Amino acid sequence: MSMMQRVMDTPLVRRSNALRSFLTAAWLGWQIESNWADPFLFAVYSIARPVGSILILVMMYTVITNGATQEPIFAYIYLGNALYILVGQVISGVSWVIIDDREHYRTLRQLHTTPMNGYFYLMGRGVARMLVGLVSLVITIGFGVIAFRLPITLAGINWPLFIASTVLGIISLATIGLIIGSITLMLARHFWSVGDAISGALYLFSGAIFPLDILPAVLRPVGFIFPVTYWLELARRALLGPSHPTFPTLAAYSNEHLLLILAVISAVLVGFSGYIYNRALHLAKERGVFDMETSH
Amino acid sequence: MAETPRIQQARGVRLFWYTMWARAYPRLIGITREKSWLFFETVLPLMATIAYIFVYKALQAPPDYVGFVVVGGAMTAFWLNVLWSMASQLYWDKEEGNLELYILSPGPLMAILLGMAVGGVFMAAFRAVIVLTVCSLLFGVVYQTGSLLLLILIFVVTMTALYGMGMLFASVFLIGGREAWHISNLLQEPIYLVSGFYFPVKSMGFWVATFASIIPLTLGLDAIRQLLFTNDPTLGFLSVELELLILVVLAVVFIAGAAWALAKLETIGRREGRLIERRR
Repeated sequence: MSMMQRVMDTPLVRRSNALRSFLTAAWLGWQIESNWADPFLFAVYSIARPVGSILILVMMYTVITNGATQEPIFAYIYLGNALYILVGQVISGVSWVIIDDREHYRTLRQLHTTPMNGYFYLMGRGVARMLVGLVSLVITIGFGVIAFRLPITLAGINWPLFIASTVLGIISLATIGLIIGSITLMLARHFWSVGDAISGALYLFSGAIFPLDILPAVLRPVGFIFPVTYWLELARRALLGPSHPTFPTLAAYSNEHLLLILAVISAVLVGFSGYIYNRALHLAKERGVFDMETSH
Repeated sequence: MAETPRIQQARGVRLFWYTMWARAYPRLIGITREKSWLFFETVLPLMATIAYIFVYKALQAPPDYVGFVVVGGAMTAFWLNVLWSMASQLYWDKEEGNLELYILSPGPLMAILLGMAVGGVFMAAFRAVIVLTVCSLLFGVVYQTGSLLLLILIFVVTMTALYGMGMLFASVFLIGGREAWHISNLLQEPIYLVSGFYFPVKSMGFWVATFASIIPLTLGLDAIRQLLFTNDPTLGFLSVELELLILVVLAVVFIAGAAWALAKLETIGRREGRLIERRR
């Protein structure tokens, strides 16, 4: 009996439709993500893109500062970009499921004839991409520690803060992905670029690679709406320790304050994404666009 | 009884010409058909370019570096277009069932690839112009053009070589199957890095820059920057004239390579029965 079957047969999973949908979707997502290529190409794909992306910033920084990678701001920029890998993977991972199932595999209709919980199915499908993102994140940070001597040690990491903030961060990102996925249900065009576009926009407004204070004053508040801003700040603080200088934007806030803000935003997003999903599903069915194949 | 007018059959160069424009048509007309693409394809990609500009601002870099990002950000439109609308296109056409129609039609496949390139250049140029204009105005980038004619020549040759490369990739990706999607993904950021989209490629060191010169945008971008930002003449990788010469060679090699690869892969695909096979 496979491991997956054993998990599915446990009483808790058998009783909960949401949990069953989530786990099945997570397994399915992993099969889709990992079975497309040989392991070597899969590994290269998971590493080369994020490392390439981060090295662009390293080169920009090095060209201007003559390689002053020991400066505190470098570690902040590096980690901001490394952590941002998860943002793209989770947001796009969840929202792309609609496109994959509707346009590529053309199974959305059949899926919704089963007794699954659609909300938790989407969340589950995003897990595989999140795992790929987590592997890329660990490799990228490891690369930074070895190649650029980032001041991170296993003993020096504030693990409770890192785990708590990352769990909240991933929940909030998944709900953003779910909101985008829900909107995608009703879109005929450009749906494939919405997830990437939103994660691109967050790159600018979340203070991932530069302090928000650099933005014009009128644009700064945009960054404070998004949970990514708070998660990135908390994760960087947890990884670098309390003595490491931070970006000035949120310096006045304690870890507890930031964690509370992140928790509140995440809770609001969970509720809002549930509402949006049900509403979008209803509208998509009502308008007859739920299972359209645009080939666009 | 009225006689049915005789349809003139196109052959040779004429057929090639008609086929090319027939394939370019949906891309050209698509620009005007649905305006919403402007938002998704131009406004949103601006964000990434602007983010990199703010990194240089945070590091208090010289003003020319903001210009480097703007020009590099504009050129990403062409690279993305080559990857997603050229290299992967024949594979997608195969998946959607269009490839079999192309093959059954009398038009040569090379003309179809060229039509994709012509349409793609226009689409990408539109996006590039918007990135260039908006960012230049927002951040007050100052350009100094020594020779406008040379600048245009460099751009045209770069595009010819780049889209020639896209045509070659399209043939190869056709055989690559569904991994084409992932290979395209893989070729985004790493190429932005080694080709120096956001900083002078010379900073990567001689050997990396030389290796990266196989991508026409590396030398094209370097030459364009040398012509547009003349404050520091030591920033260029090679002289503009030498870069132009290498780009001409690349253009010839890629287009000839694409024609050869397409013929070869078509033969293999027909023989093995995999040319129009779909795998989901």
